[in-house]
Amino acid sequence: MLNLEIIIFGALALITVVAAVMMIIARNAVHSALFLVVVMSSLAVFFLGLWAPFIAMVQVALYAGAIMVLFLFVIMLLGAERAGARLLLAWQAPLAIGLTVLVVLLGALLLLNTAPFEVVDLPAAEITEGTAEAIGQALYSVWLFPFEAVSILLLVAMIGAVVMTRQETRQEARDERKKKSL
Amino acid sequence: MLESYIPIAMLFILATVLAVFIIVLGTIFGPRRKSFRKASPYESGMQPIGPGTRRMNVRYYLVAVLFILFDVEIIFFYPWAVNFRALGLFGFIEMLVFVGILLVGYIYVWKKGAFEWD
Amino acid sequence: MDVGISILVWLVLSIVLVFMLLTGFAYTTLLERRVIARFQSRVGPNRAGPQGLLQPLADGVKLIFKEEIIPASADKVTFILAPLLAVIPAIVVFAVIPFGSSIELFGVKVPLTLAPNMNVGILYVLAITSVSVYGIVLAGWASNSKYSMLGGLRSSAQMISYELAMGLSLVALVVVAGTLDLNAIVEQQKQVWYFFLQPFGAIIFMITALAEVNRAPFDMPEAEQELTSGYNTEYSGMKFALFYMAEYIKMIVISALSVTFFFGGYREPLPLFLTQALPFLSVDHTPLLGPLYFGLKIIALLIVQVWVRATLPRFRYDRLMKFGWLVLLPISLAWVMITALVVLLRG
Repeated sequence: MLNLEIIIFGALALITVVAAVMMIIARNAVHSALFLVVVMSSLAVFFLGLWAPFIAMVQVALYAGAIMVLFLFVIMLLGAERAGARLLLAWQAPLAIGLTVLVVLLGALLLLNTAPFEVVDLPAAEITEGTAEAIGQALYSVWLFPFEAVSILLLVAMIGAVVMTRQETRQEARDERKKKSL
Repeated sequence: MLESYIPIAMLFILATVLAVFIIVLGTIFGPRRKSFRKASPYESGMQPIGPGTRRMNVRYYLVAVLFILFDVEIIFFYPWAVNFRALGLFGFIEMLVFVGILLVGYIYVWKKGAFEWD
Repeated sequence: MDVGISILVWLVLSIVLVFMLLTGFAYTTLLERRVIARFQSRVGPNRAGPQGLLQPLADGVKLIFKEEIIPASADKVTFILAPLLAVIPAIVVFAVIPFGSSIELFGVKVPLTLAPNMNVGILYVLAITSVSVYGIVLAGWASNSKYSMLGGLRSSAQMISYELAMGLSLVALVVVAGTLDLNAIVEQQKQVWYFFLQPFGAIIFMITALAEVNRAPFDMPEAEQELTSGYNTEYSGMKFALFYMAEYIKMIVISALSVTFFFGGYREPLPLFLTQALPFLSVDHTPLLGPLYFGLKIIALLIVQVWVRATLPRFRYDRLMKFGWLVLLPISLAWVMITALVVLLRG
């Protein structure tokens, strides 16, 4: 079923790129976020094709799920979903298109210069590298230190989030007091 | 590898087709008598005052951030839980340290009143 | 197995699955109305057909012929997309839930799971659960109405908060089971259900699952007394029906998941001596009984959900969030560590 793999990859790659472009073009921030969800979800399928089911599921749960919900919340928090005025500067669009063409050409050049690759496929039951079991064995022995370091990172993020939003509530409290004194 | 996920893709397509079909069914058979009052958002029979979507409380943002952080933590639990018997005491202590550090954050967040909705 | 045959098997299985879910949805609404009526000393809908059995059909036909109103200020595309995004994840979760072992059909061995032995099964369930927030939050936003917005925000914040404790309760299960594969988890419960090994995990899972599907006492998004109908205030006709369908299919899904994780899945709910005396009652002997047992267990849990709704009043929103973050999350975390410790000590 070698061809199937390539067909799925090609179709999804197309969807991903189109969704990514639409994400940039869309004038409504919520629509942009939704296109980003599409990108994240198709990336998950790419991970499946790369024999990494665990990462694929995490990709959906964390990126397509959790992080995009945060993005939506932030968009709604700011109440800035509809970009009214044209914020784009005149020179930005041609520059962006030019850079995109350059990157695509560079990528094509690189691809042509590498050795032809081979698609290997195995049934899911025989793949052991990307499963939760294999990742656990590696993560909790060889990569022990990075794993514990992640907890520090999460701790810092937690404190950061609280500090950032606390500022807001203190401001609110001040406003409240002002209102009462008036 | 992708082959084992074909049934899921099929169910997904089937579910999508069904849901779209149901919506189309409603648009075909439902009557259409538009009126200005009907198309205005519900506000207990009043004229809507101000925009429907307005800026929301920052607490929702905090909840979403904390959710992501704890969700990452929980994702780390899974590879550990699957291998728990093999990892044994060493694995248990590893996770205890991980949870311990995060617990500091949890207590900080709690004491700062992030879970208070007033 | 031949590729053509396996594709045929998957197609048939997914059609059967979707059909069963639709029927299940229709009759869960009736079940809920009848059972709740009993709790409130009423009769409930009993006019359409014998015992009201045709009531869901009548409701469906009625909704088809209802006018669909899209508010003028709504974001049309997202407004139509939201009910789709609510219902699709609810159905797709079922791909990994085993509803039977495997049966022999025309000489082909058919596993009664759409995607059997998936080695990341539980993570798949969690991934789909986390995507199912979109339907609600987008419905709230796209309607451009105050009640919808508030309902959508509240329920999405509630869903993500309870997802944490839900994930942790399943971690404790995985520590004991040592696998993420749902079929394997069911087979491990041949002798003793995980409910008896993981009582706290099971209870936390069921509480959080109720919150996850926004059922009473966590039906915050609806809260009809304060938010009229929450995120689906502006929806009518078949789009409303889709949200309704999503809610009831999710009820079935969480019952099916609870059964699979904690109540022995499709395995016979009978004591061991009985299956030894009458071996034809066991799933190993008669695989066709698997879906039957599974269905009966699901119905039992559905009735429990209705019972909960009839008994408990709704949480206040601040209490609800506090309960999720300050009670369920620490308890489930502690339960994971206790489970790990017990597994460690018992070797």
